[in-house]
Amino acid sequence: MAKTHPVSFKLNGKPVAVEVEARELLIYTLREKLAHTGPHIGCETSHCGACTVDCNGMSVKSCTVLTVQCEGAEVLTVEGLERGGVLHALQQAFHEEHGLQCGYCTPGMLMRAYRLLQENPSPSEQEIRYGMSGNLCRCTGYQNIVKAVQAAARKLTAAPAAA
Amino acid sequence: MADPAELKEREQKLQGLGSAMLRREDARFIRGQGTYIDDITLPGMLFGAIVRSPYAHARIKAIDKTKALASPGVVAVLTAEDLKPVKLHWMPTAGGDVQAVLADDKVCFQYQEVAMVLASDRYAACDGAALVEVEYEELPAVTDPKQALAEGAPVIREDIADRKEVGHGPRTHPNHIFTWDAGNKAAADAAFAGAAVTVREEILNPRVHPCPLETCGCVASFNKATGYLTVYVTSQIPHLFRTVLAMLSGIAESKIRVVGGDIGGGFGNKVPIYPGYVVATVASIVTGVPVKWIESRIDNLSTTGFARDYHCVGELAADRDGRIKGLRFTALADHGAFNSHVSASKLPAGLFSICTGSYAIPNAYCRVDAVYTNKAPGGVAYRCSLRVTEAVYLIERMMDVLAQKIGVDKAEIRRRNFVKPEQFPYTTALGWTLDSGAYQAALDKVLKAVDYEGLRREQAAKRADPNCPTLMGIGISTFTEIVGAGPTKVCDILGIGLFDSCDIRVHPTGAVIARLGTMSQGQGHATTYAQIIATELGLPASDIVIEEGDTDKAPYGAGTWGSRSTPVAGAAAAQAARKIRDKARKIAAHLLEVGENDLEWEIDRFKVKGNPSQAKTMKEICLIAHTGNIPAGMEQGLNAVSYYDPPNLTYPFGAYLCVVDIDKFTGEAKVRRFYALDDCGTRINPMVIEGQIHGGLTEAFAVAMGQQLPFDENGNHLGNSLLDYFLPTAVETPRWETDHTVTPCPHHPIGAKGVAESPHVGGIPCFSNAVIDAFAHLGVTHMDMPHSAFRVWQKCQALGVNQRPG
Repeated sequence: MAKTHPVSFKLNGKPVAVEVEARELLIYTLREKLAHTGPHIGCETSHCGACTVDCNGMSVKSCTVLTVQCEGAEVLTVEGLERGGVLHALQQAFHEEHGLQCGYCTPGMLMRAYRLLQENPSPSEQEIRYGMSGNLCRCTGYQNIVKAVQAAARKLTAAPAAA
Repeated sequence: MADPAELKEREQKLQGLGSAMLRREDARFIRGQGTYIDDITLPGMLFGAIVRSPYAHARIKAIDKTKALASPGVVAVLTAEDLKPVKLHWMPTAGGDVQAVLADDKVCFQYQEVAMVLASDRYAACDGAALVEVEYEELPAVTDPKQALAEGAPVIREDIADRKEVGHGPRTHPNHIFTWDAGNKAAADAAFAGAAVTVREEILNPRVHPCPLETCGCVASFNKATGYLTVYVTSQIPHLFRTVLAMLSGIAESKIRVVGGDIGGGFGNKVPIYPGYVVATVASIVTGVPVKWIESRIDNLSTTGFARDYHCVGELAADRDGRIKGLRFTALADHGAFNSHVSASKLPAGLFSICTGSYAIPNAYCRVDAVYTNKAPGGVAYRCSLRVTEAVYLIERMMDVLAQKIGVDKAEIRRRNFVKPEQFPYTTALGWTLDSGAYQAALDKVLKAVDYEGLRREQAAKRADPNCPTLMGIGISTFTEIVGAGPTKVCDILGIGLFDSCDIRVHPTGAVIARLGTMSQGQGHATTYAQIIATELGLPASDIVIEEGDTDKAPYGAGTWGSRSTPVAGAAAAQAARKIRDKARKIAAHLLEVGENDLEWEIDRFKVKGNPSQAKTMKEICLIAHTGNIPAGMEQGLNAVSYYDPPNLTYPFGAYLCVVDIDKFTGEAKVRRFYALDDCGTRINPMVIEGQIHGGLTEAFAVAMGQQLPFDENGNHLGNSLLDYFLPTAVETPRWETDHTVTPCPHHPIGAKGVAESPHVGGIPCFSNAVIDAFAHLGVTHMDMPHSAFRVWQKCQALGVNQRPG
């Protein structure tokens, strides 16, 4: 068997430890070893963003991050957005603004929007469109995704504790 | 009299037809808890990786599995030789052809499936696939459908070289598949011979791909002990899929369960039955353990589900005022290496004959010649009904060509030719009966909303200004679609009629479960079907659960494609609900001790006419239907199944207008405005409709402005990853303005017509018409898609419009 490496990191606030080959990509570790199937695989070339997760305060495309790069990291996936049974404002807004259809891009969209609003709590429409341009959606035409991010931004700036 | 406020409240509580009810499928998706195909893991599951051909046309001299089999984790390597004993190395196609499951003797397109490596996990399978050694002898390839029919062209399908026909009439060349036509050629020719004005244009619908964000895949699980086969699969047609699996495998259909699960977008890509599914299924039958096969994005763009590749010639004949007297449309259709084109048996060119559009055209003839090339096989309908985008693109482009020829405004040429409201039902010269429409009213509403006259004035001023850095174009599309396949007398696949079904069970508390033969891929069926049933039954949509896609649970249906869910399964839902309501009426009459005719229906209850205090709500009746207090001889329960065979297809229409500003120096076409008016008949959920329209317009924008699957002359794919294949981001995608009129479908139980494909079908010609209109004053009548900045810049360069003054 190929040589494996132990890797420990925090996933949605909880410590996890895995043994992986050096070549293993984070998306496969999350999905196949850690049972977090929220992040999806759409292209394997960093174009579509369906695999977007938050890693050490940055949006990363987990299809092009090696798991061994994540030693000691803080990784947040869509599964970590809901806190104490309460949906994150972005999750609620995607629902209310009809910002999703097939749902395949949604976990990546949510995670990118989550980081975008940390970087820029009150983005303009253009800033949202630019800030989300690493995440492709084939269903919605983005208009309602933009509306959802705007709605969540308004809600979060009005009550920042919810972020 | 009932209090109007109270009636309104009761109606709102149902969240039935017309309510912008929020989607119930969202709850799992926003939490990352959808169950898509690659989320399914079964104990002992193997992963299959496909070995693919690097050549577009080559003979296979030898396959050596030795190194692959020695690779860690590899369990088996399957080739055509291994499938021969079970006679599954070839499979029949819906088009009357056969398709290689794994390449037998030779490969006919690049990336064709040659072998499948089975291994303990994805990485090991890919390692193994890289170690399968295949020796090829390269053959000359044909990628241009015109060259395919040349004398002496390489014969692509030696396996059927001596077959006189492939499903649809005589063949004229070894690379010819079929010729199909419709209409009266002699009458059309006569109209052209006597016409004051004729126009002709060669118009390409390039090879594109629906490219849903989730690729195709399956998990096949055969239980050797019980003989049961379960296949989880990305299929828009689970029931037909099960039937085909039964036909292929010989396993009784009752022992096969196909499960659709959550599907990450389809857009036509997930209609066909692909070799990967079949090999994975065979592999599971052989090994007795579950086998997963998931496409990579490159596999997806290269091999499964291309669309279009229609090389068309449009001709119109008209009088001096532009009133059309004759239409002749032809298409050379590139079906790739196998005729696995998705279509109904009797419609080899799909519904291409809708190409007379929204116009009263007395004489028409159309013909499609389909050919083999060394490209991926098939031809799916990318967010449209079968070949409808091709047809609508042609007529909507040709209307502009005709307008330019006779010097008439592009809105006016349409006005002069529309089928008028009083002409419905209108049977076209190609045989379709358009059931309803109000085309002029729709166009007028759009022209007013955008101040069309003002836009044309602005355009004229810009054209007159040599210093203007942009070319302004205005595109109009007044399309009519044909969706909702379809009447079983016209439409079948493998002999199975394209009806659809709904099975409703009402529980004692008034909660309902309904199962349908369709398969959502994001359309929101769990919400909209519940709304149809809520209105019909007077029970709240929130308590109505919808299930689809599990063939063990749902009644038989032909799935979701061609905007058929609402027109066909939605009708079945209404019909099944009406059967239940009829029974409920009998129970109500029994309870209230009146005749059935003494009752009237009001939102959620039956009332005694003239004595409204005497009433029974549906909720009350639901419980009583499960007691002994029902009419003598009646059975308990409130259940019904309906199989709906539509009397006609439906004909949604719309009027779209697009304004583009083209940078003369970069060729970039910026969409300033896009106004889309759709008429899909009765509107079930305005929020969902608007979402579908946004998505369809965005896919239209993608096709018109950037999508193409290009090949070199050797058949090498030149753009099969998301690096090259254009999927618009939020930055490029325009803002959409939507509007509607409502012209109910006269033959549908609730008057609905289907909507999700209209924006794609109507949008593509609208973008093209806008870009080409920007060059119309320079004598340009046509430019082929995609209108990428480079291609548009080339046009600017060729015309010399990018010379800076002074």
